Amino acid sequence: MPSALINVPKKARRGDVIEIKTLMSHIMETGYRHTASGDVVPRDIITSFTCRFNGTEVFRADLYPAIAANPFITFFTTVTESGKFEFEWIGDKGFSETAQASITVE
Amino acid sequence: MAVTRHPTRRDVVRGAAAVAAAALARPALAQAAPRIAVIGGGFGGAACARALRRLDARLQITLIEPNKTFTACPFSNEVIAGLRELSAQQFTYDKVAADGITVAAQAATKVDAQARTIALSDGATLSYDRLVLAPGIDMHFDALPGYDEAAAEKMPHAWKAGVQTLLLRKQLEAMDDGGLVVIAVPAAPLRCPPAPYERASLIAHYLKAKKPKSKILVLDAKDNYSQQKLFEKAWAELYPGMIERIALSQGGRVTSVDPATSEIVTDFGNYTAAVANVIPPQRAGRIAEIAGAADHTGWCPIDPVSFASRLVPNIHVIGDAAIAGGIPKSASAAAAQGRACAAAIVSSLAGQAAETPRLDGACYNTVAPGYAFSLKGVYQPKEDQYAEAEVTTSPVDAPREVRQREADQALAWFKTITGDTFG
Repeated sequence: MPSALINVPKKARRGDVIEIKTLMSHIMETGYRHTASGDVVPRDIITSFTCRFNGTEVFRADLYPAIAANPFITFFTTVTESGKFEFEWIGDKGFSETAQASITVE
Repeated sequence: MAVTRHPTRRDVVRGAAAVAAAALARPALAQAAPRIAVIGGGFGGAACARALRRLDARLQITLIEPNKTFTACPFSNEVIAGLRELSAQQFTYDKVAADGITVAAQAATKVDAQARTIALSDGATLSYDRLVLAPGIDMHFDALPGYDEAAAEKMPHAWKAGVQTLLLRKQLEAMDDGGLVVIAVPAAPLRCPPAPYERASLIAHYLKAKKPKSKILVLDAKDNYSQQKLFEKAWAELYPGMIERIALSQGGRVTSVDPATSEIVTDFGNYTAAVANVIPPQRAGRIAEIAGAADHTGWCPIDPVSFASRLVPNIHVIGDAAIAGGIPKSASAAAAQGRACAAAIVSSLAGQAAETPRLDGACYNTVAPGYAFSLKGVYQPKEDQYAEAEVTTSPVDAPREVRQREADQALAWFKTITGDTFG
């Protein structure tokens, strides 16, 4: 099972508004919970999500403990040329995942 | 209507017997019998009507249900898999009527909570003192793009037993070996939460015998579900490699369907089904909304002790339509709620406080003939809402004799609940 799911249209016309959907499997442990013996369950969350198109950042989000497990992030952008979307999730405990998808602009 | 009558000379001369009879008749004349209407003749409504009759012989009880025959949902997955005929699911209201309950074979089209009247589809108006709404569920067609009543003819939900059940069965029978059966499962709340997985199991049972190259794909808007470990173990044991499930966090939520192409679309994928069983999001039966008893969620908030609607006076809501906290939307829970609601109504008419109910619910899942497991719960009000007081789930590791015994118990349970409610 891939930990990242992404949905980027394969094709679009120049200037089209396109929807991008992403889902990253992650526990998103808040750091506010305690075990039965009273120990704090350490925080373990994704802290940032970035999307670049042909190297230029087009979307960024900071994530906080109130965000539920398996963050599902969806957003809109426009494209004027064919190219590659690169996605990056960074978090606690050295968490780092990437994914990419290409789009052809006609 | 209060009527008091002074004895005439003729009454007096009739003698002691007549005087005694008049004395007996007087309480009934002094106060008209309360009129209770029950909308919906499923497990909840019919159990409530019968319990009301048992508790108080004076009540005028009307059960409003447009269908002359009731078709039970529990065990309807067996009908889909060809293991049972639909007629075994069907019951009439003859015995209910024989209890002295007026059965109106009409649909309720309007409820006026202020005037306490119900409009029926034949144009008649019925007045009530208390109304019990037991309308079950309606499909929330607007909540799934591409899906509507016409689409359900091509992609059956089979989530109300009857023609839809037979339609799904016919589609499976007509499917070529090697076809993909897709079951789309909505997010909670839904009627009978483990039923999609029981259905996947029994369809797998059918396909294994008749069309062994076929596969089942469950697209699920939930991550976890009731009795999941038991189902997963049974699938590995009985139907290895036949059932694949894509959970919410794997992108399993269905976002739209296209009945013309049999396409099912999720946030992250497109699937073309040979047979598509699309179970859409649900809400309380339409009349609940018309009566003003449903809130923005589409379901009906209630007081857990009396089942009184929190939104409209003199109306109680039971069964799948009610927001009943930890109680799953099941036949046995609906029947238990119906009985508890009847007791609360009788107490309230007598000016007494309702007793705090303790409801039993049982939920059997049959994954193959002779292989079943269950969840049994006891539910009690806690802080304005129902909570699980005790829950027992079948052990995950148990010999086949235990599963066989539970399969037998499941059949006995069905016989009992349908006998109690309609027999």
